[in-house]
Amino acid sequence: MKNEFFPWLILFLPLLSATVIALFTLRSKTVSSLISIGAVAAGFVMTCLFVNANGIHYSGETSVNWLTIGGLNVDFGLKLDALSMMMMFVVTGVGGLIHIYSYSYMDEDASKARFFAFLSLFTFSMLGIVLANNFLMTFIFWELVGVSSYLLIGFWFEKPSAGDAAKKAFITNRLGDFGFLAGILMVWGLLGSLNFSALQNAMVSNPAALGASATIAGLLIFCGAAGKSAQFPLHVWLPDAMEGPTPVSALIHAATMVAAGVYMLCRTLFLYNADALHVIAYIGGFTALLAALMAVQQNDIKRIIAYSTLSQLGYMVMAVGLSGPTPAMFHLTTHAFFKALLFLSAGSVIIGMHHEQDIWHMGGLKKKMPVTFWTFTIGALALSGIPPFAGFYSKDSILAQCLEQKNYLLFAVAVFVAGLTAFYTFRLFFVVFFGKEKTDHAKHAHESPLIITAPLVILAIFATIGGFIGITNNYGSQFATDHETLSLTQQLLEPLKTPVPMFIGIGVAVVGIVLAFLLYKKADKDPLPARLGVLATWMRDKFYFDELYEKTFIRAHDFLAAVADWIDSWILEGAIIGAIRGGTDLSGRALRLAQTGNLQTYAFLFVLGVALLLYFVLGK
Amino acid sequence: MHVGLHHYLFVSFMLFSLGLLGVIMRRNLLVIYMSLELMLNAANLALVSFSRFNNKLDGQVLVFFIITVAAAEVAVGLALIVALYRKRQSAHVEDLTSMKL
Repeated sequence: MKNEFFPWLILFLPLLSATVIALFTLRSKTVSSLISIGAVAAGFVMTCLFVNANGIHYSGETSVNWLTIGGLNVDFGLKLDALSMMMMFVVTGVGGLIHIYSYSYMDEDASKARFFAFLSLFTFSMLGIVLANNFLMTFIFWELVGVSSYLLIGFWFEKPSAGDAAKKAFITNRLGDFGFLAGILMVWGLLGSLNFSALQNAMVSNPAALGASATIAGLLIFCGAAGKSAQFPLHVWLPDAMEGPTPVSALIHAATMVAAGVYMLCRTLFLYNADALHVIAYIGGFTALLAALMAVQQNDIKRIIAYSTLSQLGYMVMAVGLSGPTPAMFHLTTHAFFKALLFLSAGSVIIGMHHEQDIWHMGGLKKKMPVTFWTFTIGALALSGIPPFAGFYSKDSILAQCLEQKNYLLFAVAVFVAGLTAFYTFRLFFVVFFGKEKTDHAKHAHESPLIITAPLVILAIFATIGGFIGITNNYGSQFATDHETLSLTQQLLEPLKTPVPMFIGIGVAVVGIVLAFLLYKKADKDPLPARLGVLATWMRDKFYFDELYEKTFIRAHDFLAAVADWIDSWILEGAIIGAIRGGTDLSGRALRLAQTGNLQTYAFLFVLGVALLLYFVLGK
Repeated sequence: MHVGLHHYLFVSFMLFSLGLLGVIMRRNLLVIYMSLELMLNAANLALVSFSRFNNKLDGQVLVFFIITVAAAEVAVGLALIVALYRKRQSAHVEDLTSMKL
């Protein structure tokens, strides 16, 4: 049983749902949200059925010819293998839970129907990236994801900050996409195909097929990933994107969209040569470090989690750069679980606190919101890399990959970031859930309804067991032919094979948690600025990247725009168009003198004309 | 003196030139109109002469046409001139320059 029409259905159901909502049911909140939830839930069920029927190691392609221009043949096709299948589980599964959560979270919003239309559109675009079997299709869905994330971040567009954040996200992504497109064109020019399988075959049969431009092509394609996965220097959009509703942060900026970059890198791993991978690894490591430092001094509950997302994405990109797609995708998947969990728990806290997001206005929520507290705890432990939670296994595999590649610098960075991660996560944890209530809102906080807590519990279960339920097996077989399938116990004990990174990883995480406990257990305000001085200010102000970009790129851009404007208004409009217009005007004025309006002048000219004609026709 | 085709054509040419001069030089619309009729009749004279000297009747048939059309044209043209005069209180061409920009 093959059922290859299932993936097509999974892909197009959310689009259908978005269309139906936009055209017919925009007035009904309940119907719209149920349609949208139904589409993604059906997608999840069909993914399960498909994998159940064909096995996760199924490998196939199903495509229709889309366009043929000269030598360029582009299919609209789906690539079905372990990699895309696992991502489909993440998108429809985690995404589905977030859809359900949104049903309650967005209940009071007047535009709930519009929200669900956007969510469905986003799901469609994301599934498109996951399933695409060629670069052009990836690029189209890549842009669709950009548009739908723009719509979702700017969902509360009446707030200027939300509108600005949406624009910032979109434009920053466009910068990366420019490189991506250039890279795609380069690959097509050199290898003559856009299909992933064809490209892979070409690269396998001749590893030097890209020639001298291999590094450039690889880095250009990485530009796209850097935009979507918010890698330095294009990382600035992600924290601002927290202006969107919390489920959006969970769906787009934790579980799926930002993962697209890493996914694309893994999908096209065969294209990158050693130099390109080197750059990718160091950019990833630098992003991880930078974002972790920034996270330490943030005070907005969602922003802290956003910076930690940045940092974890840096981890994944670093793993890809260290030729470790399996650890990268493993971390991507577990991260989708526990980061969606953290965001949704934060959303639950935000509802309980009546839309208060500053952690220093919270406190003592442990008793008031027990379910949220426990799920958040699991998420925080998983993020910090404490065994046996999912994050521990995936982070450990990345640390082990650093050592295996003998890259001790990146290993040190990764370890330091792991410690920082534990520290800022538990800073947030202690300030929000322990201590005494700092405001009236915190005193009157209440637990969220079941429809909010149920997805939290499900995600918490996966954040707990995600490390040893066979995720590595599925990815491993995709990337390495000699991968051996591990049993449950083997997976549980897998980190013991490389004890050095394991103990170091656990050690720094525990140190981070203990430090956070000592500093923040009873703190009413942040004690760090007093101790770190100017460094803390720098962290709080995100190392002034926004200001730097404002002063350099935006200034330069404004200058260029002013020059272009000057050229437009003085040279194009003024000189060229002015000359044409003036010339026409002048000759018009001159010719007008001939039109005296005097009947007899006309008659005379007429006769003169006739005489001339007669002379030429007969006279000679 | 034998009167030949030349003579007729010369008279016709003189009449035509006189009419043309009248159209170009005179200022009164009615006179211009009369000059136009003169030009038509100069053409008629030339046609009739050709017809006579070439022994073909085509020219004369054409002349009948011209006379008929000229009669109709006079009816319409005079009516226009009268209407114009009533409107403008003038029949001088210098006053009729409203086509000028």
